[in-house]
Amino acid sequence: MQYKVYIYIIIMAAVTYAIRILPLALIRKKITNVTLRSFLFYVPYVTLAVMTFPAILEATNSIWSGLAALIAGVALAYFGVSLFGVAVCSCAVVFVTELIIKLF
Amino acid sequence: MKNNLRWYKNGMRDGIPIALGYFAVAFTLGIVAKNAGLTAFQALLAAGLTNASAGGYAGFTLIAESAPYIEVAVTEFIVNVRYLLMSCALSQKLHPKTSTLHRAIVAFDVTDEVFGISMAVKGDLNPFYNYGAMTVSIPGWALGAFFGVIMGNVLPASLVSALSVGLYGMFLAIIIPPARKNKVIAGLVILSMALSFAFSRLPVLSGISSGMRVIILTVAISLAAAILFPVKETEEAENAV
Repeated sequence: MQYKVYIYIIIMAAVTYAIRILPLALIRKKITNVTLRSFLFYVPYVTLAVMTFPAILEATNSIWSGLAALIAGVALAYFGVSLFGVAVCSCAVVFVTELIIKLF
Repeated sequence: MKNNLRWYKNGMRDGIPIALGYFAVAFTLGIVAKNAGLTAFQALLAAGLTNASAGGYAGFTLIAESAPYIEVAVTEFIVNVRYLLMSCALSQKLHPKTSTLHRAIVAFDVTDEVFGISMAVKGDLNPFYNYGAMTVSIPGWALGAFFGVIMGNVLPASLVSALSVGLYGMFLAIIIPPARKNKVIAGLVILSMALSFAFSRLPVLSGISSGMRVIILTVAISLAAAILFPVKETEEAENAV
């Protein structure tokens, strides 16, 4: 049974790596098509936004602490706080909000 | 050479918040691995080789039920296919002359977070930036899974809860500043979040897995935006994500 776990792990790793390496290895030139370039330009913003919300509300023990972290994160990022700063402050906001929720 | 070292250090610096967030998320993933019957070493190996949260979660769940290998392969493909899009975008961010070896190493750690910070650098991406980020983030991820298995539920729930939000804070730090400067991006961010919320709540649509939801919405919204608001080269350079 134990050797089967390793086969599972190899399959997981191989499939995941194949997905990641293929575009990077095959697309070697700058794409000139404007629509395609624009599409790839917008992908990161859209995909990160989709992944952040509503997942941030479900990541924490309470919807309210997640919401507080979202509002704090947007505000701090808007005013130019660094990547690390926004990440740490979001965590702190969740921790404090959940402490306050426990008091009531 | 000196230049590469600077990129490497910058990558490590930006990789630290990722590593911390990874540790927390992988810790919870380790608990799933433990329940699936994996040893701490196996969880470390699986996490360190896949560097994927949804992929790891899906894989461990399937191992727990001794699913057929082909099912594991297909599931891994579906939950991770968003990395295909990210790698396409990254292929344009690297200098066209970047060697296959560099591409192969960068590919090993195309994750939501490392992708996010890689696209945020100004101009062409130097692979050494990714190596710096990988140096801290991969151990953070793999060790998180390892300790998740051995320490189980020792870490207080309040701490795990707080740490698991760090990754989202980072995403916000990546998308909000460009949205402030560019109205199209601002509109897209709001629309993306609204539709993502709708997809997670509406009947039928909420049956779609979160991995699939990310792919469908990313392709549909980015494509519509590309047709309606084509980007000029100069604009791309100024707004490097």
